[in-house]
Parts: sequence; C-alpha cells; structure tokens
Amino acid sequence: MTTPPLLEVETLTKHFPVGGGLFRGPSGAVQAVTDVSFSLKPGETLAIVGESGCGKSTTGRALLRLLEPTSGRVVLNGEEITGLAPSQLRAARRHMQMIFQDPFGSLNPRMTVRETLLEPVLLHGVASGNRASKWVETLLSTVGLSAHHADRYPHEFSGGQRQRICIARALSTRPKLIVCDEAVSALDVSVQAQIVNLLQDLQREFGMAYVFISHDLSVVRHISDRVAVMYLGRIVEEAPVDEIFARPRHPYTRMLLEAAPKPEPGLARREGAAQGDTPSALKPPSGCAFHPRCPLATEVCKTTRPEETVIGAARVACHHIGAATERVSAERPWPPALAARLKVLAEARTKTVA
Amino acid sequence: MQDQQSPLLEVEDLKIEFRTEGGAFRAVDGVSFTVERGKTLGIVGESGCGKSVTSLGIMGLIPQPPGRYVGGSIKFEGRDLLTMPARERRSLRGGRMGMIFQEPMTSLNPVYTIGQQIIESLRAHGMRDKAKARKRAIELLDLVRLPSPAERVDDFPHQLSGGQRQRVMIALALANEPDLLIADEPTTALDVTIQAQILDLLRDLSTRTGAAIVMITHDLGVVAETCDDVVVMYAGRVVERAPVAALFSGPMHPYTLGLMAAVPRIDTRSDRLETIPGTVPPPWAMPEGCRFASRCPLATDQCRASQPPLQEMGAGHLVACWRAPIEEIAA
Repeated sequence: MTTPPLLEVETLTKHFPVGGGLFRGPSGAVQAVTDVSFSLKPGETLAIVGESGCGKSTTGRALLRLLEPTSGRVVLNGEEITGLAPSQLRAARRHMQMIFQDPFGSLNPRMTVRETLLEPVLLHGVASGNRASKWVETLLSTVGLSAHHADRYPHEFSGGQRQRICIARALSTRPKLIVCDEAVSALDVSVQAQIVNLLQDLQREFGMAYVFISHDLSVVRHISDRVAVMYLGRIVEEAPVDEIFARPRHPYTRMLLEAAPKPEPGLARREGAAQGDTPSALKPPSGCAFHPRCPLATEVCKTTRPEETVIGAARVACHHIGAATERVSAERPWPPALAARLKVLAEARTKTVA
Repeated sequence: MQDQQSPLLEVEDLKIEFRTEGGAFRAVDGVSFTVERGKTLGIVGESGCGKSVTSLGIMGLIPQPPGRYVGGSIKFEGRDLLTMPARERRSLRGGRMGMIFQEPMTSLNPVYTIGQQIIESLRAHGMRDKAKARKRAIELLDLVRLPSPAERVDDFPHQLSGGQRQRVMIALALANEPDLLIADEPTTALDVTIQAQILDLLRDLSTRTGAAIVMITHDLGVVAETCDDVVVMYAGRVVERAPVAALFSGPMHPYTLGLMAAVPRIDTRSDRLETIPGTVPPPWAMPEGCRFASRCPLATDQCRASQPPLQEMGAGHLVACWRAPIEEIAA
C-alpha cells in the first residue's frame, strides 16, 4: 500500500496584475507561477530549484497562503487549504511553518528568543503555563542552543544561531510541513553544513516533510528526496534526486547542472555553455518558455507548449526528451593526501570528544 | 628595468585596523602575497575573514577614519602605494587598477546612462575626444558581450538585468585597460547560468589583455575554475597559500581541510556533511596564538600560545600551522 500524500498541489497559479492605471501603461500580469502540481509524502523532502524569478519562492508562499493563489488547489493532510476561511486558516497554519532566507529580517528585534518562541506555542494552544516554558527550553536544546539563550535578543546572535532560532520557531507548533525558502543560502559554508545536518536530524526525529526552495544544486542534491525544476513559473522537470542528477532530461536542468562551478580544478566543464538571460515573466516566450535559450529548440518549441511526459518516477515537459543522455558523473573520491589528512582530523576529533 | 622584474602586485605584511567605540580591531593582520602579470589569484574565506578589506585596501578605498593602515606595504610594479602621493594613486585607480564589486545595482550611478559612466572614466584618464570615447564605450560593451551595444549604451542601469549590469561593471573596470583587476565576489549575486557566463568572460579577458586578476570569493568552486594561485584567509590572517592544483589535491591547514569537506558536492551524495564546530572568534577577542585553535581538534598548548608563521611545505605551498604536515602526527 502506498502512503497517502501529506500535501497535494493541483494547478497552483499566481499571477500578479500590473499596470492598467491611468498613467501606468498597458495592463498585464506577471505570471509568477502557472499550473504547478506536485505531491509530497509525510517525512519527504521535495526541493524546488530554479533561478531568480522562476517562481519558486512565490510557490512556497502560495502553498501556505501567505500569498493568495490566483487559482488551483492546495490540500494538506486532507484539508483544502485554499478553501479555508481566515479563522480556519489560522488554525491550519499550526501544521505548516516556514523558514526564510534572511535570519536577520525574520526575527522581531524587540522580542527575546523566549517571547519569539512562546508566541506560536500559546497562539496555537500547543502548551500553556509551565509546560509552555519547558517546551521552549526543549526546542532550544533541540536546535543546538541552550536555555540561557532564551532571554537574549536577536542582535546578540550570529547568523547561524539566528537561523537556529527560526528553525526552533518553525518547530514550535509541531508542524507536519515546513517550507524552507533559501534557508541556508545566506550562511557561510561551515555554518551552512551545520544547519543542513540539523534540518536532516530534525526530520528523522519528528518526521515532518520539507519543501526545500533553493538555487544551490549541491545542497539540494544532499538534502532532498525529489527535485522539481522551475523555469518562468512552471515545473519543467520533476524526478527523484539521484535520477535528476544522473539523467537530467530537460535541457534547462542540464544547463543548470553544467553551469554550477565544481570545486575541482582542471575539471572539463560545460559542454553546452549557458547562454542568455531569463526572459521577463510579464511576457513569457511563446511555446516552450525555454526555447530562446535552448540548444535543442526547433520550430515546434516556438509554437507549442510541451505537455508533461511521465517516465517512470519522473515527469518532464520537453519536446525533445529523446535527446537526453546519461550525464557523465564527475563523482570521484578525495585525492589521497586530502583523504589522509581528513582522517587525522576526524580521529583527533573523536578523541577530544571521548 | 626594475619594472619588468618585480611582480605586478606585492602585498607584504599588510595590517589594517578599524577604530570603533569598542576600541581598535585589526581586520587584516599581516597579510602577504604576490600577483604575477596575467595570473589570477584567489582570496577565499568566510564572512569576516578580512578578504574584502584586503581588496579595498589594495585599491585605497578604505575610509580613513575609521580605517587605518598600521603596517606593511602594497607594491604595484615595485612602487609602494601607501607612500605614493594621493594624486598619483588616484590616477592608478580606475586607470591601471580596476575594480569589480559584488552589487552591480548599487555600484552603478542610477541617474546616468551606462555610456556616460564609461565615458566619464575614459575622459578622467586622458581620453579627451568625446566622440572617440563614445566609440570606445560601445567597443567595451561589445567586448563584455552585451547584446546590441550601440543601442544599449544609452540605457540606464535599471533597464538592464542583473547579469547585464555586471557586464557593464566589468566594461567600466576594463575601460582604461588595467593591468590589475580586483574582483570582489563578482558573481555572488548572480544566478548560476549567468555566473558561468561572467566567469568565462573574465578568464577570456585575462588571456586576451594579459591583465592580472585578484578574485575575492567565498566559493571554492569559483576558485577551482578561475584561479592559478589561492590564498586562504581566516580571521584576518593568511593560513594557507598554494597553487590551485596543490591546494585542492592536498590542502594542509585544518581550516582549509574543514572548508573543503563542508562544501556539499553536486556529484556525490553523502549521509552527513562535515562541519567545522564552533565559530570565528570575534575581532575584539582574538586569541594570542593560532586563531583557529579553538575550533581545531589538533590544537596543542603551543598553538594556543603563539601564532604559527607561514612556512613553505611544498613547491610554493605555504601553511601557517604548528602541526603541519598533519598526516605525520601519530594516531
């Protein structure tokens, strides 16, 4: 038997009307998100990747109705989020939380960590009185902070610590779904690794699902079970993580993978070098929106938008799926000198801990 | 002539301090490196390691006060920039030394067209003829592969996309054919496909014009792709310096090792990312000894007591670590 999905998204669409006023020129709509559909099982991580302006953040916000979707359905745990009245929506928010990119802008500077964490706990009736205080302390230790941090203000913390506070806040209502919008992008690599590990540990412990929105394919490779690639508001490809990296079927996915710089000097790279800029979402190109940048584009791509093709566990919207080739994986072990030294460090670390 | 023998840029024991209400702290503390003509040097490190201050220091763009050069020298073709008359230094800046900043939106003037901004730089550095300057501006925009440069030259910055603005920044930095180009996180604000195009462009330009590049970045992938030599900075000091191949095949400093292991790889999926426990010590509480000691599993009393010097451990491979080479430490 298959597990029923935790989250089902059907043809989610968000268009922002622009112009149309007396002095504002012709009216139109920024087609930020169009016909986005996917589903997510409990405890699973779906990554949404793409470049700026592809609609990944708008999708994340529309899921939680932080932005009102133009059309489409979002069903969480059998409850249709898109049809809820405001008071019901507030109650439903207990089960879905969000972590933002900027840990500086997303914490109230005038609230102590305790106040920040208590607010959702009390609001959603997760706990009250002494039990609420206890819960706050548990949350802090869960994310690797300690109880004495509770009475400090956000400015007293580093970026990584603030992101931990944001994670604790998201966890405070014991949600079933957390949307992480570029949650580790603003952090330095060593701190980023700590937060990625934390997110994975928490998922193992509490079993919530993540929608992990990111532009960083290396992090996505590491954290997700499935990956959806968005281009100009639409999902162009969705597949299990290992499959999408080994056999990217959409030319845009391939372009993204090739363009990412790899930390190995002398690695031959970028067969099909990236070209061009992302067009405006106000006037997306006809047919397949990717055709002006696509090395495989033909006449049909200019006129007809490709329908989704399902291939095993993957789905792709491209007229030229047949052209997909196995990607030469650059996976290779650490150079011997590096590996030997890492081993010395790891051994020394276990010794200091012991 | 001395000019031809000395390296293009020679930074020696550079020390830069900032005075704040909480006292003076040293953002750059004894940094040394050289850049040869036509080569690209990468400076890597995490936020607060002093890499941007170093680059601004070379360009002479540190606001004084609160900043202050407290020691060392920056020699450009053998002449110390720090003792040079201000007027001379100003003519180098934007002339033979160009800079590309991270944020192309805030580094371009929004009320002038991109053409006017390039022409201004050309005229400030000696090109008197307006028509000639305009022609040169269009050539430069073509060089950085801005589409239809003859029309775009009259665009304002807000009419361009982020990648296009970064191209304009590069055109501006290249306007007077600099010998040295300092690029401070030139692609950090850009999408990967645009980043790839800009990195290709920079590499291409350096081969074509022979300009040396100092590439400031936090991204080891960018370093691997573009640099010949690398300087790794931690808390205001250089901890390791090596040719790029040597650094990536056998980094020696525990911090560099930790950094390499912490970067998730696009072609490998591991169960857990390596982390470097702890955080960088704050500038007002710098330890006496090695600044990485508090996060290093190999730290000894010696490490905590005195600063390790930068020592050569391989061909051109320098490390500041008392315990290096660490593979010789008995388990």
